[in-house]
Amino acid sequence: MEFTAIYYLIPALIMFCAGVYGFITRKNMIAMLISLELMLNAVDINFVVFNRFLFPEAMEGMFFTLFAIAIAAAETALAIAIIINIYRSNKSVDVRTLNEMKF
Amino acid sequence: MDYSQFLTMKQELGLLVVFLLVFLYDTFMPGRTQKALPAVTTVLMLLLTVAGFCPCVLGTCGETVAFSGMYETSPVICAIKNILNIGVVIVLLQSIQWANSDGMRMRRGEFYELLLVTLFGMYLMISSRHFLMFIIGLESASLPLAAMTALNKDSHESHEAAGKYILTAVFSSAIFMMGLSFVYGLCGSLYFSNIYVSVASEMNLMLVCAVAFVIAGIGFKLSLVPFHLWTADVYQGAPTSVTSYLSVISKGATAFAFMAVLAQVFGTVYSQIWEWMLYALIILTITVGNLFAIRQRNMKRFLAFSSVSQAGYIMLGIIAYNAMGVAAMMYYILVYIFSNLAAFGVIGAIENATGRVSMDDYRGLHKTNPRLSFAMMLAMFSLAGIPPFAGFFSKFFIFTGALNQGSIAIYVLVLIALINTIISLYYYLLVVKAMYISDEDCVIPTFRSACSERLGLWITVGGIIFLGLVSCIYSGLLNMMADSALSIFFI
Repeated sequence: MEFTAIYYLIPALIMFCAGVYGFITRKNMIAMLISLELMLNAVDINFVVFNRFLFPEAMEGMFFTLFAIAIAAAETALAIAIIINIYRSNKSVDVRTLNEMKF
Repeated sequence: MDYSQFLTMKQELGLLVVFLLVFLYDTFMPGRTQKALPAVTTVLMLLLTVAGFCPCVLGTCGETVAFSGMYETSPVICAIKNILNIGVVIVLLQSIQWANSDGMRMRRGEFYELLLVTLFGMYLMISSRHFLMFIIGLESASLPLAAMTALNKDSHESHEAAGKYILTAVFSSAIFMMGLSFVYGLCGSLYFSNIYVSVASEMNLMLVCAVAFVIAGIGFKLSLVPFHLWTADVYQGAPTSVTSYLSVISKGATAFAFMAVLAQVFGTVYSQIWEWMLYALIILTITVGNLFAIRQRNMKRFLAFSSVSQAGYIMLGIIAYNAMGVAAMMYYILVYIFSNLAAFGVIGAIENATGRVSMDDYRGLHKTNPRLSFAMMLAMFSLAGIPPFAGFFSKFFIFTGALNQGSIAIYVLVLIALINTIISLYYYLLVVKAMYISDEDCVIPTFRSACSERLGLWITVGGIIFLGLVSCIYSGLLNMMADSALSIFFI
C-alpha cells in the first residue's frame, strides 16, 4: 500500500478542525491554548506534506515550517505568561471570569 | 551570500539603531538619568523620521530589491513608513507623562523597546514580498502588542484585555497560516510574484478558501467586522498610550500590507474572488462599527468602535484597486493618525490628571478646560468629516478613488458609506454636546496638562487644520503613485 499526500492531509485537516472546535468550546484558558497549538501544528503538517509530495525540488515549505514552529513557541510562551498574570489576579484560569468588559 | 544587500533595508537598519540605543540607555545608564529615557526615545525617533525624508540618508536610492526578491522598497513604501514614523513620534510625545508616572518606574524601558520592535515588524510586513518574511513581520508586530497591553500590572482590566488579545491573535494567525498552506499547495511557491503568475489558472474551491482565510487573518489585525470582537475590550483595558499606538500605527501599517497582499498576490482573481468578499466586509464593518459606537459611554471603547468603522473607510481605498485609491488610502491613514491621536491625546491628558475616562465626566468641560475641549472638538469634527478639516478631504478623496473603479456595485457601496458618515456624525457630536452644551455640577476641575502633552496636541491640531488645506500633500502622493502604479499592481 502506497501512502500518498492525502493520507497526511486528512489527519491534518481533522487536527485543524478539532483545534477550532476546542478553541470555541473549552472554558479553561490552558485548554484553549492547547487547541491553538493543534491548529498551528496542522498548518505545519500541511506545509511539510505539500513540500514533500508536490514540490520536492525546493525546500520552501520545510523552511516555513521551521519558522512557524519558532513563532508558535513564542506565542505559547507569551500566552502562558499572560495566563499566569490572569491567574494571580483572578485565582482562576476560567475564561468566564474574564467578563469585566463586554459589549 | 552578498552581505551588502542588507544596505537596501536602510529604514529598518535606522530603526534597529534607534532600538539598540534605547536598549543600551535603559540597561546601562544610572537610575537618576532614567527619567530622561522617554524624551531620548522621542528625539531619536524624530531624527529617524527626518532622515527618512532625505532621499540620500534613509530614502530610496540605489537597489530596491534584496534577498532574491523577498524584500522590496520603493518611494511609495518609504512614504508609508514615513507616515508611520510621524505617528509614532506623536504617540511617544504623548506617552512621556504616563511613562514617567510612579507606577511605570520599573517598566518604562520595556514599553519603548516593545514599541520599537513592533514598529520594526510593521516595516518588514510592508516591505516583504515573500510570505515567510510577511508572517515574521506580522507576528513581531502583533505579539509584543499583547505584552504592551498587559503592561499595567495593577489593573485587572489590563490582564483581561491582554488575555483576550493574545488568544484571538494566535487563533487568527493560525487561520492565516492555514490559508497560506493552501496557497502553497496550489502554487508551489511563497513568493508574491510567483503566486501572482500562477494563481489565475488554479481557480477552484480551495483557492476561494485560501483567500478567505488570508483575508480573515489580516482582517483580525485591522478589526474588520466579523473579526472585531477583541477591539473594544483591548482598547479599553490597555494603557491609553498603547491604545493610541494600536489604533493608528498598527492599523495603518496593516491596511497597507493588506493592500499589498491583495494586489500583488491575488491581483489576477480580483473580480472572481475577493471583490465580493470585500464588499460584504466593508458594509458590515462601517455599519456595525457605527451602530455599536452610539451606545458606548467609555471614551476609549467609543473610539474603539469609531476606529472599527474608520477601518471600513480605509478599505474603500483597497477595493478601488487603482492608483488613486492607494493614494487616497495613504492620505486617509495620515489624516486618521492626526485626528485620532488628537482625541487620544485629550483622553490621555484627562486620564493622567484625574483618572476619568467616561463620556459623562466630560460634561461642561469647556468651562474649566477650554483648550482641551477645543482640541477634542476639532478631532471629532475631523473624524466625522466636517469641512474644512482634514477628515472631510480624506473621505472625499477616498470616495472619489473608489468611484473611479466604475462598477454599479461600487456606487451602491459608496452610497452606504455616505449614509454611514451621517450616522457617525451623530455619535461624534455626542461628545461635543457633552463638552459644550450639557450642564453638570461636578465638572472636571481646571488643570494644566504636561508640556509634552500640550506639544503633542498642538501638532495634531495643526495637522487637522492644515493637512486638508495644503493640497500639495495629496497631489504629491498621487503623482508618486502614478509613477509607481506599475510596481504595485503589476499591470
